[in-house]
Amino acid sequence: MKYPIGISIAIVLLVLTGCSTPPTKKIMAGADQVELRSYQSRGFDTADKTMMLRTVIATLQDLGFIVDQADEELGVVTGTKLAGYQVRMTVSVRAQGERQLLVRSSAYFNLSPIEDALPYQDFFTSLEKALFLTAHDAG
Amino acid sequence: MKSIVTVALVLLLAGCVAIPPDAFKLPPSSLADRQMQSRVFATTDHTLLLASSVSVLQDLGYVLDATNSRLGMLTASKEISAQNATQIIGLVLLAAFTGQSGSADEKQKIRICLVVNRLPNDSAASVARITIQRIVSNDVGMVTAVTQITEPALYQTFFDKLAKAAFLEANAA
Repeated sequence: MKYPIGISIAIVLLVLTGCSTPPTKKIMAGADQVELRSYQSRGFDTADKTMMLRTVIATLQDLGFIVDQADEELGVVTGTKLAGYQVRMTVSVRAQGERQLLVRSSAYFNLSPIEDALPYQDFFTSLEKALFLTAHDAG
Repeated sequence: MKSIVTVALVLLLAGCVAIPPDAFKLPPSSLADRQMQSRVFATTDHTLLLASSVSVLQDLGYVLDATNSRLGMLTASKEISAQNATQIIGLVLLAAFTGQSGSADEKQKIRICLVVNRLPNDSAASVARITIQRIVSNDVGMVTAVTQITEPALYQTFFDKLAKAAFLEANAA
């Protein structure tokens, strides 16, 4: 089977550029924010922020993460998972009204931000198991 | 030409490694893992458990990277040698017979995270859980392995030391 030279050049160019972007371009840029934020966020029917942060830490431990840092006042936890690959994740917990908390997670897989819905769904499923609370999608 | 295309495709796929589907799923072993990594102590004094852990970690040469006493967690790390005699002999033989030089694992960074929590069904006790990770790098500073350490004996050793430091008994979770 013969490939036209054009296709080969295109593929080689893709290889060279496909996974890279100019080093400064991404400093103040992210993915499509609205959609990504909805994947990354869940509202929970509890106002107990400390309990939520402790449950997030327990879930991260269940998933094989080590907590790199945690700040109760800001409501943030950052953890790293090493399993032949590296996942770094920040989870933030904020009050949403008086009776709800909004939990948002954002994660990196090796050097790329995770922008698919599924890994975040899996994370919230694991968190929900730990919480015994019914989560519902954040608006 | 075909081989160039194949090589290019392989590179393309390798460059953008996909997230393993189980990266954020609880593993089937998660309950057993949790038990192996946790011990129950008959105290509600989380500060005592954290402070005793700090002293054990200091004895073992770790440096604290992060602490949050109100959330009951701390993370510490240390660097130790990762040199492995078999690997070095292998490299010496490789160099002797082929003239090529390879890289041996040189250092490993060990990270320990400890979290103290109340026990849901026992108001007089607390549970401490640790998780340990290893990051191995070679003699040119390249990371060669990143894993979680799962040897139960290492966890047991830590909890034995913690129990002594806190003058408490460490019980299975």
